[in-house]
Amino acid sequence: MTEIFGIPVAVILGQLMLGLVNGSFYAMLSLGLAVIFGLMGVVNFAHGAFYTLGAFAALLGLQWLGINYWAALVIAPLAVGLIGIVVERLFLRHLYKLDPLYGLLMTFGLALVFEGSLHQLFGASGQSYPVPGALQGAMNLGFMILPIYRAWVIVVSVAVCFSTWFIIERTSVGATLRAATENAPLLQAFGVNVPLLMVATYGGGVALAALAGVLSAPVIVVSPQMGSSLVIVVFAVVVIGGMGSILGAIISGLTLGVVEGFTKVIYPEASNIVVFVIMALVLILRPAGLFGRE
Amino acid sequence: MRAAGFFYALAGLFALCVPLLGIYPVFMMKLLCFAMFACAYNLLLGFSGMLSFGHAAFFGSSAYATAWLATAQGWGAAPAILAGIAVSALVGLIVGVIAIRRRGIYFAMITLALAQLIYFVCLEAPFTGGENGLQGVPRGSLFGVIPLRSDVVMYYLVLAAFLAQFVFIRRVVQSPFGQVLKAIRENEPRAVSLGYDINRYRLVAFVLSAALAGLAGSLKALLLGFATLSDVQQANSGEVILMTLLGGAGTFFGPVIGAAVVVTLQEYLSDIVGGWVTVIIGAVFIACVLAFRRGIIGELTALLRRRFRP
Repeated sequence: MTEIFGIPVAVILGQLMLGLVNGSFYAMLSLGLAVIFGLMGVVNFAHGAFYTLGAFAALLGLQWLGINYWAALVIAPLAVGLIGIVVERLFLRHLYKLDPLYGLLMTFGLALVFEGSLHQLFGASGQSYPVPGALQGAMNLGFMILPIYRAWVIVVSVAVCFSTWFIIERTSVGATLRAATENAPLLQAFGVNVPLLMVATYGGGVALAALAGVLSAPVIVVSPQMGSSLVIVVFAVVVIGGMGSILGAIISGLTLGVVEGFTKVIYPEASNIVVFVIMALVLILRPAGLFGRE
Repeated sequence: MRAAGFFYALAGLFALCVPLLGIYPVFMMKLLCFAMFACAYNLLLGFSGMLSFGHAAFFGSSAYATAWLATAQGWGAAPAILAGIAVSALVGLIVGVIAIRRRGIYFAMITLALAQLIYFVCLEAPFTGGENGLQGVPRGSLFGVIPLRSDVVMYYLVLAAFLAQFVFIRRVVQSPFGQVLKAIRENEPRAVSLGYDINRYRLVAFVLSAALAGLAGSLKALLLGFATLSDVQQANSGEVILMTLLGGAGTFFGPVIGAAVVVTLQEYLSDIVGGWVTVIIGAVFIACVLAFRRGIIGELTALLRRRFRP
């Protein structure tokens, strides 16, 4: 077996693979955060809670209603997106005129409500979600063993990320969305229904978080607190990438996942903090973020 | 103004008489500690307009420092508290230097992320006791003379610290330095055009707030006898924001009221509703942001002003 620095290559590749899986989740979550922030000026602290809700929707759908993984992949994001729409109509729309900090605080409260409720209803210990039959097992690539489900997660999330990017940057709907980001009142004066656009964006961004939750359910333990520490890492990713750029959010998400995986091989103690350290370095060297403009 | 003086006199009298009234002194001390924490936080949020989402890092790092020095090194109460404040001021300086490069929500997100980094350091460092934290911290004695084992003596020490901190914050806010902070909060470009080095002012305010939060953390570690991960956790940062916001950011006494409400809720409500208390706190947060952003004291003053308009 070949080794680098005394660590077998297969181990390194395995960790990089895991890192890429985490990076896919970072990318999907930071993408949603960036889109929501771009249009609505709201930093959605509840993003991690919506991710958790997505995973729980899949788990409970399976346990209570027998909804299988493939159906959950569609139904869970829709259901959670619907919750997002209700949240936007009930609470968030009152905050657009105010300092963005209020949106951050409101969604923080929301995250406490969601995560606290899940904790009370389903306990803290967490449950596992079975890997769907068609994606079980692993491929032997010769130089490493590749679990099929992990490869699936990466493929799906990259596809989702880039289609979101395509919709926003290359279609007319996306053009309207970007116009609203630049100047919402003017767009409204042209007859575009901006409030509808905002509901749709929030619902969509939240659904994206829920989709990440469903995708992650079979690889992690589904527990009420699975999103609360993740959202902080995703915030750091967003700071590193610069909030203005969608492509930046995707690329920095994937990259930081890989960096984190690599740190796990070299110096496991630092794997929890490496993203934050990189964030600090980026802020010192390039305060606007790697892809940001100011 | 006379009403305010009367109110403070009444509050002071109540605080002095707490041990006589049969109120559990440990509860009151905890309340005072969190009131100090919230007042320290208010110096930043209320009087300088910076929303830090990572103040638990300062509260917690000094709690850990004090606990470790008092337990493993056998330091007395006063030097352990001072060292705790120094540690939190240092952590505040490092976090502040990085975070003040950005404004508004970015500032909030950066402080949150850096506080999470400090949380992981506290989790994994060899001398912090990992998941258990540091338990059985002795209160020791003040200057080697006054033993602090008695809850009543400890209560008066905490009360004295609280009063000193309260007066200090008032002085800072009303000083020329505090006025500049206010100017930066209200109109940053104008403060720049007047020639103020605003980043230096912001940094000093940040470090001051961190150090004062550290004082609260140190006292908390001594009086309850432990420093644990819940001191440095994100939830703790969230709670201090809630206390400040609920009581009234930018008012002197608001954070004290806010802390009293939140600590009392946690202490007594958790007996009735158990873990649902987190949900209730979240709901209070939402209600606060949506319905009364000026907080209890802020809304009350506004109400009184409307009622007694000359």
